[in-house]
Amino acid sequence: MNSVRRMNSVSSAPRPRWLAVVGVLGVVSMGFTVWLGLWITPPDAVQGNLARLLYIHPPIATVALYWAGGVALAGSLFYLWPRTRSFFWDRLAAASVEVGAVFSALTCVTGSIWGRPAWGVWWAWDARLTSTALLFLLELGYLALRRVPADPAIRARRCAVAALLIALDVPIVHFSVDWWQTLHQTGTVLDPGFHLHVHGSMAWTFLLGFIAFSLVFVWLLGVRYRIEVLQDEVGDQEMEVSLAERWNEGTELVGVGSSGHHFPEGGAP
Amino acid sequence: MWRDAALVAGKDLRIEARSRVGLWQVVPFAVLVLILVAFAIGPDSASLRHAAPGIFWIAVLFSTVLSIQRSVAIESGEGTRDGLRLSGIDPAGIFLGKAAAVGLQLVVLQIVLWAGVTVLFDVRVHVVWLAIVSSLLATVGLACAGVLYGALSAGLRVRDTLLPLLVLPVLAPVLLAGSKAWQAALDGSSSSGAEWLRILIPFAVIYLVIGIVLYGPLQEAA
Repeated sequence: MNSVRRMNSVSSAPRPRWLAVVGVLGVVSMGFTVWLGLWITPPDAVQGNLARLLYIHPPIATVALYWAGGVALAGSLFYLWPRTRSFFWDRLAAASVEVGAVFSALTCVTGSIWGRPAWGVWWAWDARLTSTALLFLLELGYLALRRVPADPAIRARRCAVAALLIALDVPIVHFSVDWWQTLHQTGTVLDPGFHLHVHGSMAWTFLLGFIAFSLVFVWLLGVRYRIEVLQDEVGDQEMEVSLAERWNEGTELVGVGSSGHHFPEGGAP
Repeated sequence: MWRDAALVAGKDLRIEARSRVGLWQVVPFAVLVLILVAFAIGPDSASLRHAAPGIFWIAVLFSTVLSIQRSVAIESGEGTRDGLRLSGIDPAGIFLGKAAAVGLQLVVLQIVLWAGVTVLFDVRVHVVWLAIVSSLLATVGLACAGVLYGALSAGLRVRDTLLPLLVLPVLAPVLLAGSKAWQAALDGSSSSGAEWLRILIPFAVIYLVIGIVLYGPLQEAA
């Protein structure tokens, strides 16, 4: 317990205030999205109430593919580039892949819930679905690689390369719809000329959904980054604490006493 | 770089020629996969013929994982990796050499499997050039991506369980495009099959280039 308390006091990862603000904003905007999406907006002319799922599915997929994928790619590239190499980028990429894995899974789940009534099946072997599922598995592979104990610098480099290779899948997912022309629709909200195709309260709810999920992504990313920092600190301090314990044992055995090298807080972690 | 690659490839192939791990373990395993999947599908010859390209490529993919594990295992004992790094051989050369050795073994394996699907599933390849070209392109991609991921997992105690999880999703495009190209080669429709080469070519090129660039940094991290 002592070591845990000491860890909090010296932690170099304070809870930044902006993160709390983003978190509150994310939850509030999410609440508004749910309220608008379920009660205020009218049912869709073609799909009826089913269309309400589309207030969350595209935003979740956007976060999973572009936000999470982009941050992971940028973090890994900056880590691999010798001039910008710092553990900040490594932790940021790792946090992004982890949050991205959650959002990829949610993309598949929400899409599946929509597909059952719309297409008649839970899962269609469509290019975009399949590649999103593959992305999720690739992210699980990255996280498995990250859990393997190793020297931080070695682990960081290894993971950066793995993330770089995962990022290759993201454009495949994006372009799969256009390349293979399968069941999943192509982009419909914004056409290539950036003309909006959704109107009124539905458009606002849709937009709010994007903002809400993006805020939640930033919040989760920040929280996860902080956990990465704390984990590394725990790793370092466990080493120090056990070294101190061994040292104490040694000095007690020799009978030098506890005057010189005694660590008062060297309790068992 | 090319001389180094030839040296490393020669070393790996010489070890294989003496140990025969690929010939007596990986090739029989691949044939076993053919037979097991056929058991799962059932004895109906029409559905077996229909599934033949997919079964072929599943067998190739699983065998690739085994070949990669073997290729990594060669370097894992007695400080071999350090020796290789200290020898001053260009990392890109090591990558190309190891990929070439794995690729050559995969070519032999695919010849055996080709005979296997011909005999077991009663299929005949009508567009031979398409089958050969798609197989060769796929082999380049499989060997390069495999060796790259092999380096990523080298030196880890859990590498045998981690490698399939890492590498199989990455190789999925090869499975898809290879199966489609082979399907077309069996059906005799070369134009529809040639379209799938457009996936195999970039896959091979991307992993070849990435491997040459990133193998050095990865080797230091192992």
